[in-house]
Amino acid sequence: MNWEPVIGLEIHVHLKTRTKMFCRCEVEYSVPENSRTCPVCLAYPGSLPVPNRKAVEWTVKLGLALGCRIAEHAVFHRKNYFYPDNPKAYQISQYDQPMCVDGRLVVPGSEGESEVGIVRAHLEEDAAKNVHLGSAQGRIAGASATLVDFNRAGTPLVEIVTRPDLRSSEEARRFLQLLRQTVVELGISDAEMEKGSLRFDVNVSVRPSGSDELRTRTELKNLNSFAFAARAIEREVERQVGIYESGGEVEQETLHFDPGSESAPPLRSKEEAQDYRYFPEPDLVPIEPPPELIERLRGELPELPGARMQRLAAELDHDLAADLVTSGRDALYERVPGDRRAVANVLMNQFAASGVDSAAVNPDELGKLIEARSRIPRDRLIEALAASGEPDFTAEGYLADGLVADTSELEPIVDRILEANPGQVEAYRGGKEGLLGFFVGQVMRETQGKADPQVVNELLRAKLTGYASGL
Amino acid sequence: MIDTLRLTAEEAFRLVERGEVSTAELHAAYLAAIAERDDELHAYLRTVDDPQGIPIAFKDLVSTRGVETTAGSRILAGYKPVFDATVATRCRESGMSLLGKTNMDEFAMGSSTENSGFGPTKNPWDPERVPGGSSGGSAAAVAGGLAPWALGSDTGGSVKQPASLCGIVGLRPTYGTVSRYGIVAFASSLDQIGPMTKTVRDNALLYRAIAGRDPMDSTTVELPEAVQVPDALDLKGLRVGVPKELNEAEGIEPGVNEAADRTIELCRELGAEVGETSLPRSVEFGLACYYLVAPAEASSNLARYDGVRYGLRVEGADVREMYEKTRDAGFGDEPKRRIMLGAYALSAGYYDAYYGQAQKVRTVIAQEHAAAFESFDVLVSPTSPTVAFRLGEKAENPLAMYLSDVLTIPSNMAGLPGLSIPCGLSEGLPVGFQLIGPQFSENVLFRTGHALERAIGFDVVPGRLR
Repeated sequence: MNWEPVIGLEIHVHLKTRTKMFCRCEVEYSVPENSRTCPVCLAYPGSLPVPNRKAVEWTVKLGLALGCRIAEHAVFHRKNYFYPDNPKAYQISQYDQPMCVDGRLVVPGSEGESEVGIVRAHLEEDAAKNVHLGSAQGRIAGASATLVDFNRAGTPLVEIVTRPDLRSSEEARRFLQLLRQTVVELGISDAEMEKGSLRFDVNVSVRPSGSDELRTRTELKNLNSFAFAARAIEREVERQVGIYESGGEVEQETLHFDPGSESAPPLRSKEEAQDYRYFPEPDLVPIEPPPELIERLRGELPELPGARMQRLAAELDHDLAADLVTSGRDALYERVPGDRRAVANVLMNQFAASGVDSAAVNPDELGKLIEARSRIPRDRLIEALAASGEPDFTAEGYLADGLVADTSELEPIVDRILEANPGQVEAYRGGKEGLLGFFVGQVMRETQGKADPQVVNELLRAKLTGYASGL
Repeated sequence: MIDTLRLTAEEAFRLVERGEVSTAELHAAYLAAIAERDDELHAYLRTVDDPQGIPIAFKDLVSTRGVETTAGSRILAGYKPVFDATVATRCRESGMSLLGKTNMDEFAMGSSTENSGFGPTKNPWDPERVPGGSSGGSAAAVAGGLAPWALGSDTGGSVKQPASLCGIVGLRPTYGTVSRYGIVAFASSLDQIGPMTKTVRDNALLYRAIAGRDPMDSTTVELPEAVQVPDALDLKGLRVGVPKELNEAEGIEPGVNEAADRTIELCRELGAEVGETSLPRSVEFGLACYYLVAPAEASSNLARYDGVRYGLRVEGADVREMYEKTRDAGFGDEPKRRIMLGAYALSAGYYDAYYGQAQKVRTVIAQEHAAAFESFDVLVSPTSPTVAFRLGEKAENPLAMYLSDVLTIPSNMAGLPGLSIPCGLSEGLPVGFQLIGPQFSENVLFRTGHALERAIGFDVVPGRLR
């Protein structure tokens, strides 16, 4: 039987507002523990939440970018649970009346576009950070003490929940990259996984291909990179397929990955249906964004990365288009003249490796460099790209420094090298054609990398076979 | 000499303005009265030395910077807020300063102040009897001449009922007109801070000082009109409605009914049109509805008392045990009872039947009141079915205690303002008369209350202290 993975995602994005969600404390992590706290985020008796206007507006903006309907009447709920990272013993979140519902994100892929449904996007507050001392793997069980840093408590988070529309780990990765790029370009989040400003959980189940049933799913938590998530999904899909094929049943459970180590096996826990006793937060009034505000925010939306990917895919392929857009180098790509594919490839490879800020580059000069790239020695090209962000950069100096392609100049060098290595020449002629690379390397060394590798190749091949036929 | 038993806040301001008395002398006089009588009454949990303004007492759930604030609970013993409640700030800005923090039922849960974690308060009219609750400390302090005025809080009747039992004036304002920032929460959708005073004019003055939108409390609004301190002595043109169910409820003592009936008659004599009206569903379902909504919100509001950041902590083997031991030792029976009730009402599978249903009933109650206000400007009834009862009389029977608020709860569920004024005596103890108005009708309540107060001529000084 063929099996089809069914994957849904829950993504948490930290909004980069200046202050927290419900108080005026600065959002700042590189400061001493508990230095950005107040009666509200420490849940002192009598303190009350006041919503951050910016966070509300940004959530609307994100909802619009994801094609969601913006609720006319959204309600904050209390999610009640005891834990030392949760000072009020409830998290202010949204429940059955979230701010954004029913959206979609179109993800271009090599096998065409796939549309991923967005169930909802809602606004909530983050918890404090706990450090458990004296226990295995930093867990609370068996800890001798728990330290709490409330700097993170009450910082704004948007939670985005997709429909189980993803059918492969690759699709999930593409979706996450596009979503990440979208929030970054909206300017509402840094969305950096290493800093925890983008986190996600994955729900995975499998079913016979072609079926539309939804089987028991497992939840993968604390995945710390897109690549790792893709691997974890693949492993989980294999595991579930294995269970079904041997006649077993998949159990609903959660797999907690160790955020510090990708190699540690996940801890499994049974999914208890914890009762959070949700009820509408009586300290807040419903959010009712006026239509004028929604229209203003809609007007502020830039051309979205998803749309740009689709546009670029027409002249490149989907992978390259997606890579350009998710790397943020597509704006430069569009300004650099020259062969489209060549420009895209250089930008995604050698230029990417240079670490130069795309915004600082003069696109015309970069275009000249890319056009002449096969005539410039590799080291010099890399040097040129590294310098391409400097204000007075010109390609000229590097172009003048072109490759030696003149056979009359190269031929004596080639001859000298063949004479100096009779053993290798013998071996090549005996069938070890892989030795060509050795000879090319010798020529390049001799010419300090300035020889045109194509010309050198041709010369060498002609001479080596020529000698052979001459015998 | 300053007669603390009779001095109103309005007179105190006048004396200070004229330079006849200093605020320090005022504080000294009240502190002397407290020293003399509070051993018996136990209205205060603590007094402070801050003679900068006209003295005022706060119920101990008003956060006061650097001054212990316990909400009557042992779980908050020793807790000193790092900030002032908005009402505390507004009182200071209006020329008042704190005299002390008054006793209360733990987390405002109760109708007698016997549920305080620090011992009960006694009624100045008869120390064998309760002052009502949960703002019993504030009521006893004002009635006993231990404060010119005080702030209480009202969730189900916690200002109106003790005002009634102690023979003073108490206002439960329209929900959303007084900031709750810094008020230790009991049931957020019902809690309102209210003034407790000797006269209706004092009440209007204190309400004027504390009311109005506060950016720190999202549920507050700007008052649609300025607060007027009442002068008029007649009730011409006023339409007074007498809801049958509130005046004929089971358990209203005959003496209470008589005093209320005399006051209704007085309304007529002062020029009001009086007519009968009906609030059948509000009175039938109000109490049940309240005992779902308030405990549900309380179960969540009180969850923060976990021993992690402030207040009591009892160590345990792990965090779960620390929570349990702390909460077991820190909370009294009534908060525990309501936390359990409330958590149950919010549980998955029960939410719709209990909390969800109660919220729908609340809408019905509000609609029923709104319909009555199409024909009437104010609705009247006794505030409490009984006069002050004996200490211990209902302490062992929570349901009998809950019935103490049966007349105040319905309009509270609708978010409406209510004023209780003393209207006479029954068996030598004060009877309170409740005036209920539409949202933001405080000026009408003050005008009505003032005219009645002058006509009744009730002596607010307890007989045994005259």
